[in-house]
Amino acid sequence: MPMAKDFLLNVEGLTVSFDGFKAVNDFSFYVDEGEIRVLIGPNGAGKTTVLDLICGKTKATSGSIRFRRDELTKMSEHEIVNAGVGRKFQNPSIYEDLTVFENLEISFPRGHSVFGALTFKRDAEVVDAVQQTAEMIFLADSLDKTAGLLSHGQKQWLEIGMLLIQDPDLLMLDEPVAGMSVSERKKTAELLTRIADGRSVLVVEHDMQFVADIADRVTVMHQGKMLSEGSMEKVQNDPKVIEVYLGH
Amino acid sequence: MPTKGLKYLLPKPELIYFLVLACVIFMILPITLDIFRLNLVGKYLTYAFVAVGLVLCWGYGGILSLGQGVFFGLGGYCMAMFLKLEASDPESTAIQSTPGIPDFMDWNQLTELPWFWLPFSSFSFATIAVLIVPTLFAYIIGVAMFKRRVGGVYFAIITRAIASILTILIIGQQGYTGGVNGITDLRTLLGWDIRTDSAKYILYYINGILLFLCLLFAQFIRKSKLGRLLLAMREREDRVRFSGYDVANLKIFVFCIAALFSAIGGAMFTLQVGFMSPSFVGIVPSIELVIFCAVGGRMSILGAVYGTLIVNYAKTTFSESFPELWLFAMGALFIGVVMAFPNGLAGVYKAHIEPKITALMASIKRNGGLSISLLTNTAKQ
Amino acid sequence: MFSDYTASELVSIFAMQGFAGLTLFSVFLLMALGLAIIFGQMGVINMAHGEFMILGAYVTYLVSNLFPDYMPSLFGIYFFFAMIAAFICAAALGALVEWLMIRHLYRRPLDTLLATWGLSLILQQAYRSIFGAREVGVTLPDWLMGSIALTDMIEIPINGLFVMLLTALIASSVFVLMFRSSWGIQVRSVVQNRPMASAVGIDTERTDRITFALGCGIAGIAGAAFTTIGSTGPTAGQLYIVDTFLVVVFGGAQNLLGTIASAFTISQAQSTMEFFLSGSMAKVLTLLVVVIILMIRPEGLFSLKMRR
Repeated sequence: MPMAKDFLLNVEGLTVSFDGFKAVNDFSFYVDEGEIRVLIGPNGAGKTTVLDLICGKTKATSGSIRFRRDELTKMSEHEIVNAGVGRKFQNPSIYEDLTVFENLEISFPRGHSVFGALTFKRDAEVVDAVQQTAEMIFLADSLDKTAGLLSHGQKQWLEIGMLLIQDPDLLMLDEPVAGMSVSERKKTAELLTRIADGRSVLVVEHDMQFVADIADRVTVMHQGKMLSEGSMEKVQNDPKVIEVYLGH
Repeated sequence: MPTKGLKYLLPKPELIYFLVLACVIFMILPITLDIFRLNLVGKYLTYAFVAVGLVLCWGYGGILSLGQGVFFGLGGYCMAMFLKLEASDPESTAIQSTPGIPDFMDWNQLTELPWFWLPFSSFSFATIAVLIVPTLFAYIIGVAMFKRRVGGVYFAIITRAIASILTILIIGQQGYTGGVNGITDLRTLLGWDIRTDSAKYILYYINGILLFLCLLFAQFIRKSKLGRLLLAMREREDRVRFSGYDVANLKIFVFCIAALFSAIGGAMFTLQVGFMSPSFVGIVPSIELVIFCAVGGRMSILGAVYGTLIVNYAKTTFSESFPELWLFAMGALFIGVVMAFPNGLAGVYKAHIEPKITALMASIKRNGGLSISLLTNTAKQ
Repeated sequence: MFSDYTASELVSIFAMQGFAGLTLFSVFLLMALGLAIIFGQMGVINMAHGEFMILGAYVTYLVSNLFPDYMPSLFGIYFFFAMIAAFICAAALGALVEWLMIRHLYRRPLDTLLATWGLSLILQQAYRSIFGAREVGVTLPDWLMGSIALTDMIEIPINGLFVMLLTALIASSVFVLMFRSSWGIQVRSVVQNRPMASAVGIDTERTDRITFALGCGIAGIAGAAFTTIGSTGPTAGQLYIVDTFLVVVFGGAQNLLGTIASAFTISQAQSTMEFFLSGSMAKVLTLLVVVIILMIRPEGLFSLKMRR
């Protein structure tokens, strides 16, 4: 592995064990500035756990996750977010009782302390940011709609939008196109390529067509370990990968 | 700007609701009730402080505390300690073996004022203690629990355990706390006799004003982004966390505010009722406070005030004529509210009464008076 | 505080208090077992659990009054009939409550807590109206009274010994039932994945009801056992409910062995301290320590690290 270069995200020797079972085992990988990286692997390979570890939802047993200069394993979730890492969950995780506008407004990176939240004002800057983001995620017409009424695909977009408005440097998406129609998948792929401009995106996905559409590079995981890494083409022709995953 | 601020804080329908409640508390009740009954209402309204706090922390924040009586009691005890010291001057306690200390200490063979009682001879210290001690205690509990992600039923049970710990402690340490009888026989506040009718009127109004200040502050929180955050947090705590908020701090804040409100209520209770005892600290009052809030509507700060008044009125009426029925009624109230009316009276009002009022107002505007068609329409419904 | 006693006195104090602690442990454990099944396995908070226990105690009281009148010859063994009756009554009431109330409130734990609290108030008042506010005690058959003297200073009361044996018996049956029987597998599978359990043909509603009833039934037996060492009043259940919840939580909610260990720790601590401090301060200290430990280790002392 090349070490001299400055990566955005350095994951080294990452291990987490749940009651003896090592869900992620001595896993290392590196994400470049501005790249779209896709994590694939069979069920239970530890992909979602890697995302959980990076965003602080799960604490690592050993190993290090360095994001620029910050050691993420020592930080709490909100500090990691404020350092510039955004995370989308597998099932759309939005506030169903609030409107689309309020959903985006809450994610806007201002007034995050208790006092800040008390004195937060909905000024032009906030409204503009919400408007812009809503346009990007195809929801500009639904700002006043209660989020619970959106379609499944729209909810996925809204959650992506909630991350975008934070303007993170690393965006992590867990199965962003699960449950989407073919046309929605296409739109999402476009959206991802557009938002990858100026930031890195780390995606966990099963849909191989979608992966081929968006990925700069692909990392294959198996049983908590790295199996193969490289371009989609290279990975697809790797005999180890074919054996455990693509060949089935 | 001030008018704009008011419009933001209290948009038209809510302004009307606030004014209606103000009318009830400051005009209708004082005019219609004699001072004995009004003093009783004043006592009930001190519970309303707690209920309003519970709306914020349980209804909005999803944090059910079964130990709000602790903060009510701490506030009340801080005030009672000051009043007791004032009532125990060496002349009026001359017959004791140690004059100048509270009577119950003398009965328990104490010969000296315990150190933690000493500063309570100052009124300003006592007032600050009323506000700070319970809030600080809530802060410590909050930090310990929320930073470690203890929530939901675990939090409820632990706060309940804390309520029993404090009750046992107060009852057990008779010499320092007055034991099971509490701190009684309180007479004057800075020389002003609080037992006279005129003092009771004044205290009732002060209590009402303080309650409205708390209501306005609660309304400010509801309307701020913090209010929306609390709702968001109740629904999806993880998402709020991954939007970059320290969820624990938000919870600690709202829990402390609820404690602060309760403490003010407790202090006003002591002043209006003239004593404080462990029976207002423990589990039974704590759970009753939750039912006041639940009946009024756990999402409505004004509903909580009405809920408190109505349940207490029912309790007084019931326990005067059928004391054994009251526990049945309260048990049924718990089950009924939770299963059939989770949003309490405020929910019933919103679903059934408000639409009719709106229709009525609209028709009055249209026809310049009550229209017959509307009356027949409502009759048909 | 130890200086007032000689060494041999101290040994016997600790032995006797240790034994008193064991009796307390038995009651805690019997109550906690029922709660551990309902709360640990189903995730339902039953604030009326103490009242189910008291129901068992009152049933025992009734049975103990019936036997001298109708079957005086069998009085010596009335307790075993009483225990069965206590189990059946508490379990039947439990099944009814599950059907009327609890099943509508799954997934709303805080509301369940409030509703069952309401139930506990109603039951308390019902007991008071039926049996009166005074505490009632049962007449024990002769063989349960008295004590065995081990040394001049250490005496072991027989009723305490009996309660302990009973607890061991019931705890091991619960253990076998939950972890060795096919029904136990059903319960645990419903807890872990309800839709899947239902998909493989388990009647999840029936499983819930039986689990809840079983937990209440065990509380009823706890109540029956309780009568041999103390008297019963309408609000006696309230005295134990907080402790019991702390026992279950402290032990790690889903871990029956943890429940046993934590019931042991808490009861021993409390009864040993009780001798040297006043009873109320011993309780304050015990509760305080448990609460502080729970703040430091919210998942309980004996729980496993789970993948969530």
